[in-house]
Amino acid sequence: MATPSEPARRGDEPPGRDPARDPSPPGEASRRLRRIEWDAITGVMMREVINFGAAWKQGVFASTVQPVVYLLAFGLGFGQLVHRVDGHDYIDYVSTGTVATAVLFSTAFNAMFGSFVKREFQRTYDAILSTPVDVEELVTAEVLWLAVRGGLFGSVPILVGIAFGLDPAWTTIFVPLVAMLTGFGFAASGTLISAVVGSIDDFSYVTSALFTPLFLVAGTFFPLTGLPLAFRILAELNPLHHCVELVRDCTFGDVDPTDLARVGALVLFAALMWWGAVDRTRRRLIA
Amino acid sequence: MTRTLPCVASALSVTALRKSFGSVHAVAGLDLDVPEGTCVGLLGPNGAGKSTTMRMLTGQTRPDSGEISVLGFRLPRESKQARAQMGVVPQLDNLDTTLSARDNLRIFARLYRVPAAERDAAVARGLEIARLTARADAVVTALSGGMRRRLLIARALLHGPRLLLLDEPTVGLDPQVRQELWAMIDGLRTEGTSILMTTHYIEEAERLADTVTIVAAGEAVDEGPPAELVARHAGREVREVYGPPARLEEVEGAARAAGFSTRRTGTSVAILGAEGAGDRLPEGETRASRLEDVFVKLTGEEVA
Repeated sequence: MATPSEPARRGDEPPGRDPARDPSPPGEASRRLRRIEWDAITGVMMREVINFGAAWKQGVFASTVQPVVYLLAFGLGFGQLVHRVDGHDYIDYVSTGTVATAVLFSTAFNAMFGSFVKREFQRTYDAILSTPVDVEELVTAEVLWLAVRGGLFGSVPILVGIAFGLDPAWTTIFVPLVAMLTGFGFAASGTLISAVVGSIDDFSYVTSALFTPLFLVAGTFFPLTGLPLAFRILAELNPLHHCVELVRDCTFGDVDPTDLARVGALVLFAALMWWGAVDRTRRRLIA
Repeated sequence: MTRTLPCVASALSVTALRKSFGSVHAVAGLDLDVPEGTCVGLLGPNGAGKSTTMRMLTGQTRPDSGEISVLGFRLPRESKQARAQMGVVPQLDNLDTTLSARDNLRIFARLYRVPAAERDAAVARGLEIARLTARADAVVTALSGGMRRRLLIARALLHGPRLLLLDEPTVGLDPQVRQELWAMIDGLRTEGTSILMTTHYIEEAERLADTVTIVAAGEAVDEGPPAELVARHAGREVREVYGPPARLEEVEGAARAAGFSTRRTGTSVAILGAEGAGDRLPEGETRASRLEDVFVKLTGEEVA
């Protein structure tokens, strides 16, 4: 809410005043900058884009080759034993499933290591926070950038699948969006984890105990229907599982109302992780 | 006290600032004032709370208590507005080392909200200030320590800040590079930028600062123009007496008994304000008093 004095003050300003060249004297300039500003977010994202431009080959390689290796190993390897799963060719089943894996690799891991290095070793965050950028803008920008990247890289397995004969429904155009939404949550998770661990070596615990089970028990390589009930319930708490199911429904053209609930679950996951990442990063950076 | 005239506004003022980390009182009731258009040196030994103070001025550390006003903005609440109008040069180089000098400046022109139409000109001017126009596309890792530091300073000036915070601007650099940076900083002050600079190099404070605030254990012990501080605490002349440790102790005792203050220099005892003492003091070499004498006298002989 504007206080009554604000419009009056604005009216007092001499006409034709150029604020850039003639900054308001102290005291008068108590104009509040908004809490989260788009300019600050795009500024931080631009830094990421320029850095990505300097190392894009490594980025693309790391984020796409690994899931494609999984796809080929499982799809072609297991494909000799298993021909059809849930009414689909196994290779199609796996290529749609590995979208989630690709998203995880390109977002959570990058966020975890990237934010740790930028915070502790390169002191990039100190540099950024000495400009008019606050922690919530910094975190939002970096997570958003990783989500966009994850959305694009995450869709690569679908292209590989098409090369191996996958016949995508028109709803496949939503796959990058699903990947982006999932990526937002996982990039924020990575940032959150980075802000709570003591040292960079602690990431080994997270990778083995959290991310590996998450991507294996997501319905990527085998259906969860045959698992004990407890596992199936746990899987419903796994955001990667929702991602996998959404990507499959989009690609195979089986979109139904449950998918809306899955989108809701991913939105909730993204929002919670974003909040946690902002909060924990702030505590870590601002003493 | 040689405070500024009341009509001169403060670019930065700090009152009774406190910050503790656990049982360590990093900043313990610091008062500080940077009148507009002047350069103030925050001079103190390692661990005196200089860096913590600098971080509180950018909102990166929250004070436990005390008032901070930067360019008329109250911190920490309005720190973002303050940051939009000030430039910060950190002690530790935090450039993007895999990027070129130009890209480093492009990113910060954006972060400092330089309007899109003026951004290219701001980057070109920054490269000129850093004298890196010819090496604009060189990756930071290929630049020398002096070049990197100039780039770091130029990065903080992209948006034409009214206040510049310099944290140990020449630490770890060669004397030649240091002199070059001093010329650069002096030029900025001449152009009207207010500057707060921390340093533990006495010569740096002596050459650049209009006013020096000496800090020890998180508190300002005294402030004033360097020459006044010297006159106030060390007089015009210092008599240095050399000798073996036992002799030094003896000299120290005698000088103090005669009402003089002394400081150790490592190899000698320096008796401060020795002008006109004649043979009331032991014989020694006479020299002009320096800010270093004041520094050691006020911040203690031993650094924790």
